[in-house]
This record gives sequence, structure tokens and C-alpha cells, in this order.
Amino acid sequence: MNTTTQKIDRRSFLKAGVASTGGLLLGFYLPDRIKLAAQTVATDAKLNAFVHIGSDDSVTLFLHKSEMGQGVVTSLSQLLGEELECDWKKIRTQFAGVDMAYGPLQGTFGSMSIRTSWDPLRKAGASAREMLVQAAAQKWGVDPSQCHAQNNEVVNTATSARLSYGSLADAAAKLPVPAKVTLKDPKQFHLIGTSPKRLDTPSKVNGQAVFGIDAKVPGMLYAVVARCPVFGGKVASFDAAKAKAVPGVKQVVQISRGVAVVADNTWSAMEGRRALQIQFDEGPNADASSASIRKTFMDMAEKPGAVARTQGDAAAALAGATKKIEAVYEVPYLSHAPMEPMNCAADVRADGCDVWTSTQIQTSAHGTAVKITGLPPQKVKIHTLYLGGGFGRRGGDDFVGEAVEISKAIGGPVKLTWSREDDMQHDLYRPASYARFAGGLDAEGWPVAWTTRIACPPFGGMRNGVDFTGVQGVSDIQYAIPNIQIEYHAPQVGIPVTYWRSVGYSQNCFFTESFVDELAAAGGKDPFEFRRSLLAKSPRYLAVLELVADKAGWSKPLPSGRFRGIAVVNNIGSFNAQVAEVSVTKGKLRVHRVVCAVDCGQVINPAIVEQQIQSGIVYGLSAALKDAITIDRGRVQQSNFHEYDVLRIDEMPVVEVHIVPSQNPPGGIGEASTPSVVPAVTNAVFAATGKRIRKLPIRPEDLA
Amino acid sequence: MAAIKFSLNGKAQTVDVVPQMPLLWVLRDTIGLTGTKFGCGMALCGACTVHLNGQPVRSCVTPISSVAGKNIITIEGLSPDASHPVQRAWIEEDVPQCGYCQSGQIMTAVALLNKAANPTDADIDEALRGNICRCGTYQSIRRAVHLAAKYHAAANGTPATRAAGGAE
Repeated sequence: MNTTTQKIDRRSFLKAGVASTGGLLLGFYLPDRIKLAAQTVATDAKLNAFVHIGSDDSVTLFLHKSEMGQGVVTSLSQLLGEELECDWKKIRTQFAGVDMAYGPLQGTFGSMSIRTSWDPLRKAGASAREMLVQAAAQKWGVDPSQCHAQNNEVVNTATSARLSYGSLADAAAKLPVPAKVTLKDPKQFHLIGTSPKRLDTPSKVNGQAVFGIDAKVPGMLYAVVARCPVFGGKVASFDAAKAKAVPGVKQVVQISRGVAVVADNTWSAMEGRRALQIQFDEGPNADASSASIRKTFMDMAEKPGAVARTQGDAAAALAGATKKIEAVYEVPYLSHAPMEPMNCAADVRADGCDVWTSTQIQTSAHGTAVKITGLPPQKVKIHTLYLGGGFGRRGGDDFVGEAVEISKAIGGPVKLTWSREDDMQHDLYRPASYARFAGGLDAEGWPVAWTTRIACPPFGGMRNGVDFTGVQGVSDIQYAIPNIQIEYHAPQVGIPVTYWRSVGYSQNCFFTESFVDELAAAGGKDPFEFRRSLLAKSPRYLAVLELVADKAGWSKPLPSGRFRGIAVVNNIGSFNAQVAEVSVTKGKLRVHRVVCAVDCGQVINPAIVEQQIQSGIVYGLSAALKDAITIDRGRVQQSNFHEYDVLRIDEMPVVEVHIVPSQNPPGGIGEASTPSVVPAVTNAVFAATGKRIRKLPIRPEDLA
Repeated sequence: MAAIKFSLNGKAQTVDVVPQMPLLWVLRDTIGLTGTKFGCGMALCGACTVHLNGQPVRSCVTPISSVAGKNIITIEGLSPDASHPVQRAWIEEDVPQCGYCQSGQIMTAVALLNKAANPTDADIDEALRGNICRCGTYQSIRRAVHLAAKYHAAANGTPATRAAGGAE
């Protein structure tokens, strides 16, 4: 059992695993490439940090971003391949190790992979191509201008002679890197803007894709950690005797976050943890509850806060308005709940440390391991494996720190696995938020004033008393309203928080787009026309609004019992408008159809854009319809999917995606659609029931 | 500890583990087949779905003792070369995003198609509602199941009669 891995010597495994590349070779399993990899003893020539060419004519692209489903393995390969002029079928990809060549903060977040790679990766591809062309020109004794690159070969334009990239790689790698390269005119693109099949699909339908939780290191043990259920608490004492008596349990060691039970398999480690006798000092948050937290937010929101945006004189305009509308909106804490629970494998030795994990931020994982081991940074290697979902959660390095501490304590390789309960109860949550809104309308029903006061635990970065993530989606509204005042309070309530797909927009777009709908209704205006008028000077907003209204048939009647809602957002450099169609029957809400129009600038891969829009909508719908993390006695009350259910296939609406053609630089896409689906649905509920949803998730009593 | 014998992906397998250890961890940690995924440990998410004597079961709550003498098929045993109609359909539709839940989705879909050669959307929803996908690939899954049914029918010479696609 497991004999193949057991027999491999740990040191030779490590050497082979990281040989020359600083990364674990994953073999993205494409059948013809597997053969290629297995049969040849090709040498690899490094043309730059992203492009290696093998003497066997293979092309290995080193990707500095994590693949968590958003398609970067494919889309970043398209950016490189477009300029490299390589054979798409010969591409292999590998996740890069930590290297300054990939920037000081190597990570995948904020829907920035394409935006930040658009120029550098095309340049890296072009630079490698130029070097191959130069090498060929030297061999032929001609000027490089007489050669061109095409499908993994350099062609002598005059003679039609050809040299393969593989035969040129060694010579090319010795040439100086071109100081300047010319990028293609978009009209010449043959890969960018097309939808080749995802490179990671084949390995994800046969069990071969290696996720963090699948890491195998010869001789490794398996660990779970018992942590204080109350945030901020710590271990007071423990007795390991009963845990150690569980078959398979090898060691019980204390680490900074709790007590690790280490066994020869994950199950035994979990059983050992069940038997562990442990007492906690619950610390200062032991009495925290959702009710107490909400009261803190409410009390703060009564008073003026730090000013995030001020324009005109909102107080005076409100006082003078013909009609005044007030509303309070709130959302709960949310868990990310990616399908792959947190995990990390680590091997701390006297002379180095290797970490295999599904991380969103390699530099942070690296920094954490360096700090804990005390090793020189170059002795610590981070091997990124596939992420079974990220959604912001894997930007945290808590699980990496735990695994490194355990490996250091036991003096050998170990894989830490979190249970689903660990994952849900020790997440870094999307913060709860509480917001008071007021709006004033003139005699014609157009808004003259807008005020918002938000109380939301800070989770991005404070500046002048304002956490930009806490207010994003409100403070940046583009509606033509003359008087605006946005204020912010930063409650500190002891619940760990972080980014959750679409960050502040995840809650603030719900608030904003619902309140805009309230103003439209109070002014007797159509929700689409109201937005259209107030965004008349914002052409990209208008384009998505008008496209979605057209495709959804906004002006046409719906079948009996169906109702529509609309919402729009500009986040991550993209514009996204959605129309949701719902029915409410006997207190039961059903979302039937969501039409989405998106302008994300230049599109790299339309099929992946469509996937990401669908994905973000499903993620947002779970938050709208189902999810809440609640706190009692300082603990999270939900433990697994029976208490934190998410959208399932029988609840999936038809999602239609329409992309606005654009030559603008690329925007982001991974988080584009999560914000606006929520208010599109709640606004549709208002159309159906006359009831305004101001609190998530939507409860049956909100519909009756 | 006791030796437990069963058939795994068509080959005889013997493991020596505690009888209550779930099949999931035997597969992943003891045998080293990691295509079957851990998602919840409570039969709530479907990521760990394998076939036991042809039926889809949640390996995270299936004690190894109950597997003795039975046939287990995991994602790795579905075909040697990703040629199973469901795998082909998954590739054609580019279903996976993060991919973590897809072993379980595929194993559940295979079991559905073994039972109903030409499932409706309602059949698909019913069979797969126990399989969570946080990336939201549900629409692609529906399309791929219909396509797999076509592949299956083509292979068996019985044309699928119902049109594929359409979610409702």
C-alpha cells in the first residue's frame, strides 16, 4: 500500500521534485504530452522567468498565479503563447516558485491576474520569441528581420528554411534579453480573444490533478489541530494520553494555534483529536454574539463617522427635499467554504523547508515559513498545487503556519488537513455590515441627496479613519446625485475577517443597488430608466445596462407570476449589469433566469469569461438565498453544509452572458458578477411582493 | 486491525486498517488514490462519491469493514484514458473550474446514466443535488450529462431521443 511513494527516498524525491525549476512538476495531463514528458530526457533552456523551451521542442510556461478555477492556466498561457508563436499543443504549464522575477507580492487576488499580466506576459512571450529568432538568424547568417516565428519554428522568410524552437533553445538562452520588444497589433491576435479548451480540464476529469490536499511526501505523517472554538482564545492545558491511545496516532504536539494530533493517516488524526482532553482559556471574546455585535454596529451608526466621500451639502439637501426615504441594510458574516478545506504539507529540515499547498499568496506563505523556521529565505520553497476554490480564503497563511510549526516540532514531513468544521469555524470571514441610508427626492422624483453611514469591521486598509473595502461599492457610486455624504465606522469585535469574492462590493452593491431601487420606486420611476438617466454621463455603465435590458426583454411583459429586478456595478475594472427573473409562490422564492451583460475590456478567453460570470452568480446567489455565519458565546454556530447550505444544481437558474465588445485594456472577471446578482434578485422580489429585502439572507418571512 | 479484502478498480486489494476507518481515507491515505476528494465528512457535499457494487456511495461515511468483498470503482478506475462517455462529455463541455468536486460529480453522473440512459433535466437535478460545486458549474454539468447520454447512445447504437441542453 502506497509502496511506490514509500520506496522513494525523501531527499531524492525533493531533489527531483524541485529540480532546476523551483516548483513541483505537476504534469497537467494532456495525453500526448504525458508521453513526451515520460519518454524524453530533454534539457530545458530558460529564456526568461516565464518561458522555458525544451530540446524536445516542448514549451514550458511558468505561471506565477494560482489556478483556483478562474482559468489562469489557460488564459495566461494564451497571453504568453500569442507573442511566443509557439504550438499550443506543445505547451506544458507549471506553477512557479517564489521569485522576485514575479514581483514583490506574488499572489492571486482582486481579479488582477489578467490585468497585471496583460503587458508583462505578452512581453515575456515576445522577448523569448525574439531570442529564438535571433538565434536562428545567427545560424543562418542572416539579419533577424529576414526571419519570422511561426508555430514553434523560426522561418527564414527568403528561403523558407525552418528551425524548430527546440533546436534553437540552447543558443537562444545564451543571448542577451532584448531591451525592447514590439507587441502585436490586436488585429493580428490568433489566440487572444479565442476560446481554446482549458488546459487543466483533462487532469480534472480523471483524478490526476494534484490539489494541495493531495500532496504526498515520502515518509509524511498526517495531522489535524484542535483549536480554541472562541476567536482569540488559547490552550490552557491538555492531556494527550487518550489521544495517543488511538490506533495510528504517533504524536501530540502543541503549536501556537492549538494542539496538533499527528498520525499515520488523516482519519486516525481526527479520531485522536476527538479523544484529546483539552481545556481552553477562551479569552476576551467569550461572550460575543451576533446580537451583541449587531448592537455595537447599530450604536456606532447612530453617530457621525469618518467621512469617506462628501459632495455638496447632503444634510441641507435632505432637509429641503420633497420626499425623504430612509432605510437600514445589513448582512451577516460569511464563510468562503471552498470545496477543498484548508490544508498544507510541510517538511522542515535543518537545511531547508519545503511547503506544498494551495495558496493564493505565495510570498505570504513563504514569509510565514521563513519566520517560523528561521531559515534563510532562499532555503524555503513554496510549491503551489491546484486550489480547490479560493474566493479570498486562501490569501490567509494561517494553515501554512500551522503545518510548518507541526513539521518543525516533529522533525519530519507532515500534511495538515482541516475538517469542514475547522474550515467553517476558523475561517477569516466576510465581515458583517450595517448601513443606514437616507435619500431625498425633488418634486419630479429625481434624487437630490444621498447619505450612507456604514459600520463594518475593517478588512482592507484604514486611511483617515476609513477602511476602503468597508465602503467600496457605496463611496464610489457614479449616479448623478448632487449631494452625497458617505461615512464609516470601524467596529472591532474580535471576529477574524478577510476578502471574500468581490470584497466590499459583495455587501455594498446589495445595499446601494437596493436603495437606488427604493428611490426609483419612491419617485415613481422605472428602475432601468432611473439608472439610465442617472448614469447618462457614464458610457460603459450605460452600455451594459442597455445591453442587459435588451437581452432580458426589460420592456416586454413577463409570463404570469414572473418578476424582474435589475442592478449594475463597476468593480475590478469591469462593468456588470444583471436582470434576474424570479417567482414567489406560497412563500417560496425561485430564481429562474439571470441575464448578464459584462464589459471587461479586451477579452482573452470568452468561454472562461462566461464561466466566471456563471460562477460568480452562483456564489452571490448562495449569499442572497442561504448563507449566514452567526456567533454565540464567541463561537461560530454553523459547522458544516447542513447548517451553511449553498446553492445546488436544482436551484440553478438559466444564466445568459452577453459580452460588450471592447478594445479597452482588460478588466477583471473572477469577481465581476457576484455583487450585482444579489440586488437584481432582491429587487425582483420587491417587484413580486412589494416587500423590500434589507437583510440577507432572504428568509421565508420576508416573502410572505 | 484486520485485513480487509475488496476489489478496487478491477483489482484485488487488501488493506490492514481499523474496521471503522472510512473508505475515503483508506483510498486517499492508505492506498494513495487521491482523485476521490474530502469535502465534508458527513455525506453532505458529494465530493467523495465512489461506486460500491455499481451504486454511488459517499466514501467519507462508508466504513471500510462494510466494503469487504465488494467492488469499488473510483474516478481513477472509470477508464484508463479518460475515454468514458461522461469524461469525454466533461472535456467537451470544459465543465471543471477549480475541479475539486468534479470526481464526485462525474461518479454520480455515471451512476445516473447507468440507471437512466436519457435523463431529463429533472432527473439530473434529482441525482446531482447532493453534489455541491462552489464554482457554480451546474449549467455546464447539465449540458455535459445530456452530451454523455448521446455519446452513450451512439456507442450502443440507440439514438438519444430527447434534445440535449435547456435548463428547464
